[in-house]
Amino acid sequence: MRFRMGLLLDIRKNKLLYVMLLPVLLYYVVFHYVPMYGAVIAFKDFTPRLGIWGSDWVGFEHFREFFTGPYFWRTIKNTVLISFYQLLFGFPAPIILALLLNELKHAVFKRTMQTVTYMPHFISLIVICGILKDFTSSEGVINDVIAFFGGERLTFLLEPSLFRTVYVSSGIWQNIGWGTIIFLAALTGIDQEQYEAATIDGAGRWKQMMHVTLPGLMPTIIILLILEIGRMMNVGFEKIILLYNPGTYETADVISSYVYRVGLQDFNYSFSSAVGLFNSVINFALLISSNWLSRKFNDTSLW
Amino acid sequence: MLNKASFAERGFDYFNTVLMVLLMVLTVYPLIYVVFASVSDAGSLMGHKGILWRPIGFSLDAYTNVFRNPMILKGYGNTLFVVLIGLMLNIMLTSFGAYALSRKSLQYRKPLMLFIIFTMFFSGGLIPLYLTVKGAGLIDSLWALIIPQAINTFNLILMKTAFEAIPDALEESAKIDGANDFVILFKIVLPLSMPVIAVMLLYYGVSHWNSWFQAMIFLQERSLYPLQLVLREILLQGEATANSGASDGDAAMLAATLKYATIIVATVPILCVYPFLQKYFVKGALIGAIKG
Repeated sequence: MRFRMGLLLDIRKNKLLYVMLLPVLLYYVVFHYVPMYGAVIAFKDFTPRLGIWGSDWVGFEHFREFFTGPYFWRTIKNTVLISFYQLLFGFPAPIILALLLNELKHAVFKRTMQTVTYMPHFISLIVICGILKDFTSSEGVINDVIAFFGGERLTFLLEPSLFRTVYVSSGIWQNIGWGTIIFLAALTGIDQEQYEAATIDGAGRWKQMMHVTLPGLMPTIIILLILEIGRMMNVGFEKIILLYNPGTYETADVISSYVYRVGLQDFNYSFSSAVGLFNSVINFALLISSNWLSRKFNDTSLW
Repeated sequence: MLNKASFAERGFDYFNTVLMVLLMVLTVYPLIYVVFASVSDAGSLMGHKGILWRPIGFSLDAYTNVFRNPMILKGYGNTLFVVLIGLMLNIMLTSFGAYALSRKSLQYRKPLMLFIIFTMFFSGGLIPLYLTVKGAGLIDSLWALIIPQAINTFNLILMKTAFEAIPDALEESAKIDGANDFVILFKIVLPLSMPVIAVMLLYYGVSHWNSWFQAMIFLQERSLYPLQLVLREILLQGEATANSGASDGDAAMLAATLKYATIIVATVPILCVYPFLQKYFVKGALIGAIKG
């Protein structure tokens, strides 16, 4: 009640601000909160004719079906493994690049390097996956090079055992440059006196990098690592569904791509929503805990 | 001792430079390859194996064909419509939200912000969103690519942070002169925020230009397809020959170069823009990395 009175007072005092906020809040209600409400179809047998409200309740039936179904462990395993490899190889890549860029003395060269490595960030996923498919096809450039050196031609995207490698390594190509931005900024925050002191102590550049630069980056690294772990179960489906095919589902199909396929290709709305809701809840829990952790290490957090 | 160290360091500098050049080549070469292939002679290209050091023969047929392909032209038009109208809506709503939520006089800005930020942590999922857009009657309309993307929360936070950095004194003196919030936003805050608006135009613009998934699930009518969806058919589903209108043998050959020419036509506009905005988006990405 007091909240409502206060709100009315606030609206009267800031009438025009609320006029501006009205379409903004309307957008969030319609395209974010209505779908959250719509997620109740996970507990129903949705039929378009009866609508969200009119469809019959089935409780946790769809969840049980997913947990006991054949694809539960497969999608969980693939999601975790792809995230894990991304963390293992993709996470350190921009840190190393930032350290190396920092050692470049030629300012123009350094700037050019940055501009060039930011480029993949702006190229559409369709184009990236299209080029990837073209280059890795059996008659593609990569296979031509492999064949030139006497190796055997491989159709990369048809090999289940290679899907994660292709996915993660192309991901590094896409993100290595963009990822350096935050580390390069953190580098400018390191106290120059520390370098001077290290030089006086006779530390060469290698020692300075290990004992001054890297420790200076540590807070940033830890926070980003924690937040990255918080996104562990959140592998987006866009790149997956552009690259996978039924032959590689066993290693490529993650939770989100499964949600897409069951929902929008097989039109199993309720079951797909249940799987999606399960994923959302896990993501939420992971994000909240990682956010909490990052606040413990440092006061950087969303809240 | 000193000499040895500087020798090792010089060695490191060379090694580092070589490594950087290698990385640059690795980043740029795929696109260079595409450029070379797109201006190559289709027949000779098919016979070629391995890395391209230069175009094989020279022909601009692929580009002539790109601009003769009705689907690609239509796709270009649809994408331009979505980008232009989308950007107007994006900038308007994001600056409204960012302005209101950056005013200290707004007592409820904390809970309102929480209401908005919560959507970054939790989503209803794909199907409920699809049903909502369907329920809003947006299926088979280009508005389905515009309205559900009207605000990006991350961009809203970015703009709000920028607005908060503007000194209050400016706003207060304008208020004394009788200016209302709309006047302050349009006459004072926005003109002072050109860098962040540039970042917004780039971020929103790129995301509209590159978006394809929404189009794939919300549009069935092929004449509404944006460029990326046409590109997907050509690159990933191998349908380049469908509309080229040439005879079968020629068509198959042309398809090979058409593919590359389409990539260039669809990618170059953005690659021409982003380097000029580097100074601004680096700052934007920074705030984003911390907050998002």
